[in-house]
Amino acid sequence: MNASSASHPDREHALTILHQMLLIRRFEEKSAELYSLGKIRGFLHLYIGEEAVAVGAIPALSRDDSLVSTYREHGHALIRGMPAGAVMAEMFGKVNGCSRGRGGSMHLFDVSRRFFGGNAIVAGGLPLAVGLALADKLQGRQRVTACLFGDGAVAEGAFHESLNLAALWQLPVLFLCENNLYAMGTRIERYQSRPEIYPKAAGYGISADCVDGMDVLAVQQTAAAAVDFVRSNSRPFLLEAKTYRFRAHSMYDAELYRSKSEVEEWKQRDPINAFLAQARTKRLVNDDDIKSIDSRVATEVAEAVAFAEAGEWEPIQDVTKDVYTRFDGPTNASTVAAQTHPQVPV
Amino acid sequence: MSKVTYREAVRSALREALESDPRVFLMGEDVGKYGGSYACSKGFLDEFGPERIRDTPLSEGAFVGAGIGAAIGGMRPIVEIMTVNFSLLALDQIVNNAATLRHMSGGQISVPLVVRMATGGGRQLAAQHSHSLEGWYAHIPGIKVVAPATVTDARYMLGLALREPDPVFIFEHALLYPMEGQLGDAADLEHAAIRRAGNDVTLVTYGGSLHRSLEAAEVLASRDVDVEVVDLRSLRPIDAPTILESVANTHRAVIVDEGWRTGSLAAEISAQIMEGAFYELDAPVARVCSLEVPMPYARHLEDAALPNVERIVSAVEQLVAQHG
Repeated sequence: MNASSASHPDREHALTILHQMLLIRRFEEKSAELYSLGKIRGFLHLYIGEEAVAVGAIPALSRDDSLVSTYREHGHALIRGMPAGAVMAEMFGKVNGCSRGRGGSMHLFDVSRRFFGGNAIVAGGLPLAVGLALADKLQGRQRVTACLFGDGAVAEGAFHESLNLAALWQLPVLFLCENNLYAMGTRIERYQSRPEIYPKAAGYGISADCVDGMDVLAVQQTAAAAVDFVRSNSRPFLLEAKTYRFRAHSMYDAELYRSKSEVEEWKQRDPINAFLAQARTKRLVNDDDIKSIDSRVATEVAEAVAFAEAGEWEPIQDVTKDVYTRFDGPTNASTVAAQTHPQVPV
Repeated sequence: MSKVTYREAVRSALREALESDPRVFLMGEDVGKYGGSYACSKGFLDEFGPERIRDTPLSEGAFVGAGIGAAIGGMRPIVEIMTVNFSLLALDQIVNNAATLRHMSGGQISVPLVVRMATGGGRQLAAQHSHSLEGWYAHIPGIKVVAPATVTDARYMLGLALREPDPVFIFEHALLYPMEGQLGDAADLEHAAIRRAGNDVTLVTYGGSLHRSLEAAEVLASRDVDVEVVDLRSLRPIDAPTILESVANTHRAVIVDEGWRTGSLAAEISAQIMEGAFYELDAPVARVCSLEVPMPYARHLEDAALPNVERIVSAVEQLVAQHG
């Protein structure tokens, strides 16, 4: 994707963008519903409202590039091409999940797509991304490693240590900050002495840019340029996308820290509606297209749920498998065998 | 067999690793120009170049995490953390990434990373530079933890660790670097070793405490107590069969561990002896650990806080006297 086709999408491209953003939106709405039904447990962090960042930025990477993500990564995983069924099954805790039910919502992995996981420690993925890029550099590969993280990560030491190391060793890392203004429930002005994020890169001699993360075309254009920069210069780049999460931080969040009117204001800038309005004005999409995408997405989500429902539970005997590469079998067979097989969690 | 220092053994191991596998590189604080804070990589920067001998910023979290990422990316990094004390700054990467990634990804990722660090007290470096926290690391499933206590283990464990598909943490007791010993020709990453055979009491120990234990065993031999000394070598996994076999022969066990007693490796081994050899015991298992105090600076206080020869001898003698 070059910059000009990003800012002036053709019909086919517009339909792809719409499909991808709606897939994330509907997939997550369904996830929230399944959470209420107890099919999905643990923490569930929804990306709704932030879709334009994943849809704009992730396709700028090539298949051979690497991604390191956070615990709010359903959208990242789907846009990277991970099957919705494998993601849903993972949240169900089933063995046909992308991490065999070992990770759940926060730890989606697909090494075949070079998706190195949802990392659930804020900023925990940044050093990892630096290392992946170091391995590429030492082995003479031209890959880019994209590292997604939220604004909260910027307050962690790991952010600063990682930017310094990537700049010092000239490593091809795209640091992509999804700034949704809140570190869980604390607004950025309340935890950053200087709330602007991308200027911090200058302290490490890293080039940086900022983009409206509610505008998918703007993200696309800026991200494509950022990926190009990293690849052609073999140097890091920091891209800040200003966005907003419409839903609570997790399913346990009562949202005491922000007003309904603030959320409503941001919803006026819903990235899907905004893009749709633009695409309609330019006559790139019509009502039939929208109907057809809606129905395609509904089918994909339904199939994902069916795939998850049909999945098996990993036998308890294998619980200690993959702690180490060598698996000598269950260490305490009698204890394990005495336990009942798990039923669907309620 | 030739005599070498522990430092020379580590150096030879590092050199062999770098020479035999182009994927191997060494990174850490002052490993390059300075030559390693314990001089284990002195001259390596000139020999192997800055791509493979990488001086890092004082960013333990970032360079340990980068080691994990590089290992996933196909390299075989050896990360040197100057001392265990500074490894606390990298705990998140170690515990939440190195140890979990394989399991959390459903077996998709292996982390063939080797981390070396100096550990232990005894040099009057006070409370922040004298930790023996290897027992903490041994608590964590997903990593392997070894403590080479002899020059032979220091020489060969690194090569074995690099052949492991999972993260291996090597704890080198800082007092051992100048120690001289006879260099053997092979090591073992998983099995404990009987360093001294005996019939009356089993001393279970590892790392720097091995040599204090062997010294104590000589003192005890002169008093007609025949001590068997078991060197754990691997702290995770622990070779329980070797310990239990020894205890089945001696019927008494004393564990010598430089960690603090509460929640220690010594506690774990004691529990394993209780679980596996309870009816073999003629006496309760005894422990000689560091006193429960941040390590004091003054020489006499530090000596008293560490599991010294005198305390080991006394613990064994009490056990024999009370339950002879």
